[in-house]
Amino acid sequence: MKTKTSSRFGAWLAILLGSGYFLLPLIATFEFSLKMKREGYSFEAYKVVLSDPGFQASFGYSALLALLTILVGIVLVVPTAFWVQLKLPRLRPLIEFITLLPLVIPAIVLVFGYLRLYGSGGWLPFTGSERSTDLLLVFGYVTLALPYLYRSVDTGLSAIDVRSLTEAAQSLGSGWFDILRLVIFPNLKTAILSGAFLTFAIVIGEFTLASLLARPAFGPYLQLIGANRAYEPAALAIIAFLVTWAAMGLMQVVSRNRAALGADEH
Amino acid sequence: MSASSDTMPTPAPRTANPPGAIRASLLSWLGVAPFLLFALLFLILPTGMLMIGAFQDAQGHFTLNNIVRLFDDSILSAYKISLEISAASAILGTLLGLLLALAAIRGGLPAWIRPTLTTFSGVASNFAGIPLAFAFLSTLGRMGLVTMLLRKYLDVDLYASGFSILSFAGLTLTYLYFQVPLMVLIIAPAVEGLKEEWREACESLGGSGFAYWRHIALPVLWPSLVGSALLLFANAFGAVATAYALTGSSLNIVTILLYAQIHGDVLHDQNLGYALALGMVLITGSANAGYIWLRKRSLREAA
Repeated sequence: MKTKTSSRFGAWLAILLGSGYFLLPLIATFEFSLKMKREGYSFEAYKVVLSDPGFQASFGYSALLALLTILVGIVLVVPTAFWVQLKLPRLRPLIEFITLLPLVIPAIVLVFGYLRLYGSGGWLPFTGSERSTDLLLVFGYVTLALPYLYRSVDTGLSAIDVRSLTEAAQSLGSGWFDILRLVIFPNLKTAILSGAFLTFAIVIGEFTLASLLARPAFGPYLQLIGANRAYEPAALAIIAFLVTWAAMGLMQVVSRNRAALGADEH
Repeated sequence: MSASSDTMPTPAPRTANPPGAIRASLLSWLGVAPFLLFALLFLILPTGMLMIGAFQDAQGHFTLNNIVRLFDDSILSAYKISLEISAASAILGTLLGLLLALAAIRGGLPAWIRPTLTTFSGVASNFAGIPLAFAFLSTLGRMGLVTMLLRKYLDVDLYASGFSILSFAGLTLTYLYFQVPLMVLIIAPAVEGLKEEWREACESLGGSGFAYWRHIALPVLWPSLVGSALLLFANAFGAVATAYALTGSSLNIVTILLYAQIHGDVLHDQNLGYALALGMVLITGSANAGYIWLRKRSLREAA
């Protein structure tokens, strides 16, 4: 490639400035998180945070909810995407449009609607007990994750020959449940996994829904600590960043493996 | 949007067999029924109820009063600040994200730069909300690293000069942390679509770098750029957590106002809240509709 040195200089400059902007807050946060003890740097803030029962409880709660969200999301999205590709391709633009709606409707509007519709006086009082509110929160998270999960699964389905696989399975006597379980799910493993990791990253730090439904999730806990402590928030930000990094990293690994398998290179 | 179904090859036409066909099509609708029911219950009905409530008074009678009250000074100014922050972070995010994508993809840099940037963008675009607010407080807050370093070594007092992380500039700077990576991710395919031959052709015809951008690259990228900017705009407009964690409920932007309203801190007028929500959905909705329309256009041109 015969790129001029001047433009290459510009490109380096852009990348360096960009990296500076993105790394500086991380460095500053990390540095700040180490300053809890007056005599010098220490991991005291992390020790305090990690041993805080509130941290453990809220993180555990959010992690559990993330897993439930992934589960419900997959059970909802995979059969739908499969069915639409196989039987109702004309419905595809509509379904796609619906799955994009959560990007259009801000989460705060959504949860406002939930409170109005499913409040204690409503016809379906989800917020009546803690368990049912948890359920409503999971459904809300599934809604938030819908655009990413559906896109991921739909792309995964497009890469395999759904029709031939289904017909082959049918001719061998499989019912719909078995086709989904034994043929479609295994073929979609990577697509589902990458959607799942992204969902996890979205749910684990989510604030608006959990806060307004008054559930003890990680997001509201973060907010509480942020309002009342000095050094712990920085430690929590680093931990949250590492969790996001891990989820997204796993997603990359999964999809790269799939690309490598598909294209047979590397 | 549901008008064209041009993307899928149409399946073999079903053989005409009226009673069986009707039953089969009923059955096939049954396959998407759970999804449609879910969307109805947790997406369409909750939003729809708010939209209707915006036009009702507390007794359920039709009224335009809530909509009129959106134009009260305090609410109007909240919308104005929200729009300004969203626009600023969307425009800056679009430009900076484009520059980064161009540098990584077309800048002639080592091959590892690009996947590294993409991976990091995937993480950073999801690193929003409360942790992001903490990170920027540690960086540019009163006791932040950058604030301290500037004071110590360059004798610049950011806060004396009027900067605050809680200000318009501070919030925009913070939002850029998730806007720029999102832009990198959205625009990368379009930048990749700029063929190297086009530049060569332009150069061999005596065109300058400026001519290449003016007549080739920008016209090709244009729909993607505007579309992405709209998406970024909607992304910033709906954000709650970052602003809330940075400023508490002191900042007068729409999402914070609505949050406080739902939480029961202020206002306490349900139907006015519905009107606030309606305004938000109208704004993010039109931004997204613009994005989808422009994306379709740019896809068609690329094909």
